[in-house]
Amino acid sequence: MERQFDKELNELREMLSYMASLVENMIDTAVKALMERKPEILGEIFNAETEVNKKHIEVDELCLRLLALRQPAAMDLRFITSAMKINSELERIGDQAVNISQNTANLIQQAFFTKFTIIPQMTEVAKVMVKDSIKAFITRDIELAKNILLRDNELDKQKKEVFRKLINSIIEDPAHAEYFIDLLLISRNLEKIGDHTTNISEDVIFMVLGQDIRHHHLFDKA
Amino acid sequence: MMPKIQIKNLNLWYGKFQALIDVNTGIEEKKITSIIGPSGCGKSTLLRVLNRMNDLIEGIKTSGEIIIGKENILLPGTDLIKLRKNVGMVFQRPNPFPLSIRKNITFGLEIHSARSKDTLDEIIENSLKSVLLWDDLKDKLNSSALELTLEQQQRLCVARLLPVKPEILLMDEPCSSLDPIATGRIEELMFELKKNYTIVIVTHNMQQAARVSDDTGFMLLGKLVEFNKTEKIFTNPEKKETEDYITGRFG
Repeated sequence: MERQFDKELNELREMLSYMASLVENMIDTAVKALMERKPEILGEIFNAETEVNKKHIEVDELCLRLLALRQPAAMDLRFITSAMKINSELERIGDQAVNISQNTANLIQQAFFTKFTIIPQMTEVAKVMVKDSIKAFITRDIELAKNILLRDNELDKQKKEVFRKLINSIIEDPAHAEYFIDLLLISRNLEKIGDHTTNISEDVIFMVLGQDIRHHHLFDKA
Repeated sequence: MMPKIQIKNLNLWYGKFQALIDVNTGIEEKKITSIIGPSGCGKSTLLRVLNRMNDLIEGIKTSGEIIIGKENILLPGTDLIKLRKNVGMVFQRPNPFPLSIRKNITFGLEIHSARSKDTLDEIIENSLKSVLLWDDLKDKLNSSALELTLEQQQRLCVARLLPVKPEILLMDEPCSSLDPIATGRIEELMFELKKNYTIVIVTHNMQQAARVSDDTGFMLLGKLVEFNKTEKIFTNPEKKETEDYITGRFG
């Protein structure tokens, strides 16, 4: 039996899906501006951020309304509380994309340029993690969610690699230290995006199974 | 700890119709247990069999055990008067006797000719205090119980069970004829009562089950599909049928 309530839940699903596509584009654009040295496209990111912020509020409003009026239980309740948390994660991913674009704006003003291929590699990983974490949410796919938790380790490794290489670059070429530090901050932003997607994946696992897998080390001893 | 009521392999038939099918569970002492489920699922039957209230229905047959204290109350030799003193019942619609408030409370004592060291006045005062009616009614104990509001009448129906010192209170949709404010007050009363009594409530109102009960049982077509902590039932039930029912997906 399809309920009127199901239509509202679908609306919520679509809003989050839309937000996810916005933040994916933001990440993409920020790194494209960096690699292709196109400052003119950075403006798109700020427009998208405004849209994400608007949706952030609308999603919370819808969730509150559904909690108050539908008094959901079980699967519905877990869906809505997860949606509220995922909403915040997506908004923060958007913030990270804005941070990347600010660092990018600094970087591309400088005449110095180095093709640092590991940054686009990290970007690709982070972007797919965002896409897949939302896909896992929409399709209730816990295997995909678990897989994202593994991919985050990969991203962490890449970030360490970037740190190591950039520290070497700073030692070898201290005149451009500021440039390398901006790159380092970008890799940190990308790594943070990965962390947000792992939070989303944990929310998905809770939503589907009702099991809270966060901070498991606190409970493993028991 | 041993449950206050142990239900083992309980089956119940009304003539050829089997209304309860192999019900097994334990009702914990001094807790509120809700039984939920769609109309006709057997929840009221389950509640009523706990003090053999449905014995009056012709063609009723049971098998299995319901252990209260150490006795299987389904055995033919069970002292029903003693059982119903111990397991009191409150119904959907408040049904005070058309007598004074005072008489409503002492009625049970007279019927059961229970002896008590307490004076009747003390018993009346304590019973009314237990249901938080004393302050409102102490000056009009001789007025007719029918003059009270529905909520007060329902409280009085609880109060009149107490003089015979029951351990278990059964409530069959106790708030269904009350407005939300009165419902809220009866629910508060249930929290007070569970300090001293084991309460089993049948309700159609799932929010009420979620609000008041410690444990919840979900019934469907005569079976107890799931029995669990209320929190578990309403956040992450184990059975799909439970999930479908409490989320309103049930056809």
